[in-house]
Amino acid sequence: MATTQLLSLTGVSKEFPGVKALNNVHFDLNKGEVHAIVGENGAGKSTLMKILSGIYKKDTGDIVYLGNHVNVKSPLEAQKLGISIIHQELNLMPDLTVAQNIFIGRENRRKGRLFLDDRKLNKAAKALLEELDLVLDPRQKVGELTIAKQQMVEIAKAVSYRGEVIIMDEPTSSLTPAETDALFKIIRALKASGKGVVYISHRLEELSKITDRITVIRDGEYVKTLNTPDTSIPEVISLMVGRKVDQDQRPDVRTMSTEVVLKVEGISDSRLLKDVSFELRKGEILGFAGLMGAGRTELARALIGADPKTSGKIFLRGKEVKIKSPSDAVKSGIGYLSEDRKKYGLLLIQNVTFNVILSSIPSFSNKLGFLKTKPAGAITRDAIKQLSIRTPSENQYLKNLSGGNQQKVVISKWLTRDCDILIFDEPTRGIDVGAKDEIYKLLAKLASEGKSIIMISSELPEILRMSDRIAVMCEGQLTGIINNKDADQNKIMQLATKFRD
Amino acid sequence: MTDAVKVIEGEVKSGNRIATFAKREIGRVLALASLVVIFIFFTIMRPVFASWENVSGGILMSTTVIGLMAIGTTFVIITGGIDLSIGTATALVAVIVGKLVQGLNLNVWTGILVGIIVGGLCGVINGLLITILKLPPFIATLATMKAAQGLALIISDLKPVLFTTDVPGWDAIATGNIIPGLPNGILILFGAAVVASIILNKTVIGRYTFAIGSNEAATKLSGVKVNSWLIAIYGLGGLYVGLAAVVLTSRLGSARPDLGLGYELEAIAAVIIGGTSLLGGKGTISGTIIGALIMSVLVNGLRILELQQEWQYVITGLVIVLAVWGDNVRRRRTGEIS
Repeated sequence: MATTQLLSLTGVSKEFPGVKALNNVHFDLNKGEVHAIVGENGAGKSTLMKILSGIYKKDTGDIVYLGNHVNVKSPLEAQKLGISIIHQELNLMPDLTVAQNIFIGRENRRKGRLFLDDRKLNKAAKALLEELDLVLDPRQKVGELTIAKQQMVEIAKAVSYRGEVIIMDEPTSSLTPAETDALFKIIRALKASGKGVVYISHRLEELSKITDRITVIRDGEYVKTLNTPDTSIPEVISLMVGRKVDQDQRPDVRTMSTEVVLKVEGISDSRLLKDVSFELRKGEILGFAGLMGAGRTELARALIGADPKTSGKIFLRGKEVKIKSPSDAVKSGIGYLSEDRKKYGLLLIQNVTFNVILSSIPSFSNKLGFLKTKPAGAITRDAIKQLSIRTPSENQYLKNLSGGNQQKVVISKWLTRDCDILIFDEPTRGIDVGAKDEIYKLLAKLASEGKSIIMISSELPEILRMSDRIAVMCEGQLTGIINNKDADQNKIMQLATKFRD
Repeated sequence: MTDAVKVIEGEVKSGNRIATFAKREIGRVLALASLVVIFIFFTIMRPVFASWENVSGGILMSTTVIGLMAIGTTFVIITGGIDLSIGTATALVAVIVGKLVQGLNLNVWTGILVGIIVGGLCGVINGLLITILKLPPFIATLATMKAAQGLALIISDLKPVLFTTDVPGWDAIATGNIIPGLPNGILILFGAAVVASIILNKTVIGRYTFAIGSNEAATKLSGVKVNSWLIAIYGLGGLYVGLAAVVLTSRLGSARPDLGLGYELEAIAAVIIGGTSLLGGKGTISGTIIGALIMSVLVNGLRILELQQEWQYVITGLVIVLAVWGDNVRRRRTGEIS
């Protein structure tokens, strides 16, 4: 066993100002193995990976790599040692070619070392891509590739360092099932060539397909390492969250109000949307299903006035409203929670209070424009309690909160603004199972309190679990609205692919 | 809630308020400390440096114009923007005020008001270019910088507009003494700084200034009319430029169309030395004032040490590097940035 061990971490701890991110965590990786690390958001997975790849320094603990004690001081050193990391957010330069991206910083030079030798570079890249069985043109610009192909470029780049350990952080989070299968093929090839892969994923159903062992961490603490064949998803989940979570739920049948809160008639835009009409009732969760690029996010953005529409009418409780900008939407009581919270939802460098009152600043100020800080703090503390947001205080900066807690802060923002219609775009993206469950409960609670919710989701179990009715889109059009009790994954997929092939 | 979180919460509650304040404000505390150290250094070298005459007449008075411009542009920089036009806009406002005050025979108070309003309009024009035409702030204000420079020369017919002879009391705006021994210009600077600090920290426009600088897209999707607020913020910065122009003409007794170019970089340097991030979302008025004072103290002290002006420039450059680098090191250590 000792001879095949690539990497072992023992007793690793890391503290940030105010947060104990890791406490005495163990992890080891063998040659030709895929070892998953799972845990809720904020459990410490990313911190552990950042320590391993030299981005953070550990406080205590020991790292043994290929039999030697090492201290990974920088990402460059990690790379030299042979530890590569593929981040969830890909770090490629879109205007450079595949080959240029793979060999960035290690370009071939012509004689005299002044000029680049792109031909040699392309040749090396081609050889590498062939070795990995990847169908990519070394001369194509990375920005023109799909996310899945870009990820392959990242993998090729990681392999090009001839390292022994490759860390993949949420590699499948933006891949289709077919692309995921292709990725797994590559991972199996890496495995066969004796590399060790550290695999981080929220998609637990993938673990049984690709991993050999699974290490669970919770709240920065090591919980258990399992052999994949001897375990099950429910066991992993219960270890992750410390309790049991039900996966295949359907919503409790709610007595549905017949009051139509929002009526959308014939929304089109200049690019994708064609004549979309639907009604949203009081206290309802209306799920929007569809494939990537079906136009669900575009519909939401057109609805709230973030992007222009070429036609269409919007009625609020029977009265037509003109929504030309997000501020019109907010005034009408419509709040939008983007799939990309960091980019479109939060002020990461500001504190919880600032974020919670962001949409309602005028109501926290007097006529002269002076802010009332006391009520703002009070309502934020109240929101923290109501939504059980895990934060040391309302003065904590948002960037120090986990994804699930950040999402709760965005929800608090709209609740503080008293929005009756909430549009959730992928409400649980990047949020792990335990926190997901909390978000689901919150959504159900909001609906039962009379809020009307539009929930865009690419995860069918999530759609089926949460929605009262399910609207399905394909290529910018609405292809059907079905009641939850009549719906199943097959029916939804049929509607979602209506105009394809 | 996990145990770890509970522990932290306990610490925060039982923690010394002064200690947490010092920790939060360490950036400005350090900037102030360096100002004091530089001040003590010059005092030891040449005791005359610390005389009230030098402090008020030499250091504080020479901070007034750049200081006022820097206060206004602090708002702009916190939004993540930049205003390169403030230097030549100062010259433009000065000559416009000069012409109007003389042509229409305005009294001092009306003249001041006209100056502030014209300055505000310059800011609003920048805001419109940035929001309606969607020009990047750097480009928009580079264009208005050149345009203002030209307009100042055209309106003045390339000649300084003289004030003092025609407008009684104009010179007293900056050099008079409402409080005996303290020139009004200094009073205006610190008064304007206090007002700006209140606006930035206690009012809606100040809060939106931080919000836009932290994440403009998220702020917009939160229902905030970002464009209108940006125009207002650039306008607010312009009001301070207008006030700076008034103080400048008062000190000089004339409006010189050629004076002002280059001031914008000194003002921006003061803002940056004061710890405001060019990336937006962070910054303070007191930091800006400290930054402006550090620059004036250096220039004045080096002059008293009889160091040639060329060297004053070099040392100012070094100070900018040291200030921003030191601030980065500190923030990296506290995990504020990575």
